[in-house]
Amino acid sequence: MNRTAAPDAIAADTKPWRDPGAEPFIGIRNITKRFDDFTAVDDVSLDIYRGELFCLLGGSGCGKSTLLRMLAGFETPSAGQILIDGQDMARVPPDRRPTNMMFQSYALFPHMSVEKNVAYGLLREGKSRAEAHARAGEMLKLVKLESLARRKPHQLSGGQRQRVALARALVKQPKLLLLDEPLGALDKKLREETQFELIRIQETLGVTFIVVTHDQDEAMTLATRIGVMNEGAIVQVGEPREIYEEPNSRFVADFIGSVNLFEGRAGMAAPDMMRIDTEVLGPVNARPRPGLTQGQTVWVAIRPERIGLSREKPADAANAVPGVVEEVAYRGHMSSYRVRLAGGQMLRVTQSNLTRDVDPISWDEPVWASFTPAAVRVLTE
Amino acid sequence: MNRLSDNALWRATARGFAAIGITGRTLVIAIPMLWFLVFFLVPFLVLGRISLAEAIIARPPYTPLFERAADGTLSIIASLENYWFLWQDTLYRNAYLSSIRIAAISTICALFIGYPIAYFIARSPEPRRTFLLLMVVLPFWTSFLLRVYAWMGFLRREGVINNMLIWLGVIDQPLVMMQTDLAVYIGIVYTYLPFMILPLYANLTKLDGALLEAANDLGASPVVTFFTVTLPLSLPGIVAGSMLVFIPAIGEYVIPALLGGPDTLMIGRVLWDEFFSSRDWPVASAVAIVMLVLVVAPIMWLQSTQDRRELD
Repeated sequence: MNRTAAPDAIAADTKPWRDPGAEPFIGIRNITKRFDDFTAVDDVSLDIYRGELFCLLGGSGCGKSTLLRMLAGFETPSAGQILIDGQDMARVPPDRRPTNMMFQSYALFPHMSVEKNVAYGLLREGKSRAEAHARAGEMLKLVKLESLARRKPHQLSGGQRQRVALARALVKQPKLLLLDEPLGALDKKLREETQFELIRIQETLGVTFIVVTHDQDEAMTLATRIGVMNEGAIVQVGEPREIYEEPNSRFVADFIGSVNLFEGRAGMAAPDMMRIDTEVLGPVNARPRPGLTQGQTVWVAIRPERIGLSREKPADAANAVPGVVEEVAYRGHMSSYRVRLAGGQMLRVTQSNLTRDVDPISWDEPVWASFTPAAVRVLTE
Repeated sequence: MNRLSDNALWRATARGFAAIGITGRTLVIAIPMLWFLVFFLVPFLVLGRISLAEAIIARPPYTPLFERAADGTLSIIASLENYWFLWQDTLYRNAYLSSIRIAAISTICALFIGYPIAYFIARSPEPRRTFLLLMVVLPFWTSFLLRVYAWMGFLRREGVINNMLIWLGVIDQPLVMMQTDLAVYIGIVYTYLPFMILPLYANLTKLDGALLEAANDLGASPVVTFFTVTLPLSLPGIVAGSMLVFIPAIGEYVIPALLGGPDTLMIGRVLWDEFFSSRDWPVASAVAIVMLVLVVAPIMWLQSTQDRRELD
């Protein structure tokens, strides 16, 4: 095998969205959903590839659940087309779709045992009782619940119910599994464990997952790609890293993690440096970004962890602004600072506590906040 | 102003009651217990006692329970003869069986009519739901007797239904509907339908719509979803509604008396005849007690199966 070609081949295999020739597995084409005069989903187009774990991320009421319900067939699109594995879903009712859904409330049948809940879908397919129960048993083994097969849902803990719901949704080997806030009802500790469990199961079975969540941490951990939604529209689609490092708008920058945003105007541009004139930070040196005209209104976005704090002005810093520490929050692995700048605005800074600092920067100290040009993201909208 | 809890007098009173074993808790339980005692247990015992006596022409028209003989010995006079009589005379047995049959058929009809109505109301959007429920209870605002009389107007030989059918040309001879079992069924189902609908509605509104979607998502058509999810989960509502129709229907007197014919044999009517025509209070009491047992036994059986199911 050609050694130099290998990394590309792997990238195309595990990241098909990077390959312009790849065939999407799920095609969402100009989907719109209106309820009376309210538009829940507004002209959304999206390609999702086989084996992906795609997260739809957005606040409540952004239309992410409605989009999911249209994929499952519970809502009919007002306009647009949904293709699953090349097949148009317009006239296919939920019970005939090659999709299964894991509900936010889990929706386990309270009158059936765990085993019967899981076997339910197989029996509807016309499988024999023996086969359905055998397959349900295998599925329960995968989610590590085989010992609880005879329990009723109300005798299970929240985490166990979540796994039953997952097993029930996966047992029919759907082409596409839809998960509506799958970890929303679990407490924080359990949620973190379950995230990796979900990834393990998804990789074992190779089923394509679409997960709806409002939790950005969850999306970042789970997803191969994230689609950020706002007011019924997809604002950005990308790998978690892209979404965090290269947000395309103030909305995305602000929604994912925390960020310092300042308005400014594009100034002089050199081949390796660009200046943004801001009112609050003064002139900011940033990496050049094509497509900007001088004087255009832009915003600079700087992540709090990309800013350094020091008592003395760093001599070689490309950007440094003075301020006074207004608040410090010690959070164990890191500390969060709010630094009041000369104009009165606040700058959020986080510093990781890698070493035990004998004399940490504290309240009311005058400090310099510095950041590199690479830390600055210039946004036009 | 002192608040009640600060009131020294109040606290002293409460302490006084507590000293003789009366606390707020006992008082709260006492009310339903007293009700049960006065309006159920005492009448039941009185009835039971009369059922063991013998009919005589006197006032009251039955033999006393205790009799003091001339020599001063006290003897208790009680016999199960009345029950034996009920068992032997086919009239009573047939009346019981016929009552159970009529009540059971009416209950099943009410279930088949009431379930879709309850389901429809439960699935309606919120503001319309209240209106529909009001429509279900609305007939209660007029007298029960009037409503049964109204049915006579419909079912009569010259009644609304016959006139309508003749006018439409469906029939040329009026149908005989009054004074048949059919008229009794119609009357009972019509009267007790709200008692079927309300508990079913209360049960079906609690049904989580996500469960129906989940079943649908797992490949069940709407019909299959109904039989595998909705119906089993609404079983408690079906049981409650059926009880509320079946129990009063068994002892129904007015409806068979007004709408039924001479062949319509129901235990309520037999009871009436024994009390007021024959003035045989002991036999009538025995009839009533047996009826009570017939009604209570299935309830207790159902209750125990339901408890067992919950323990699973």
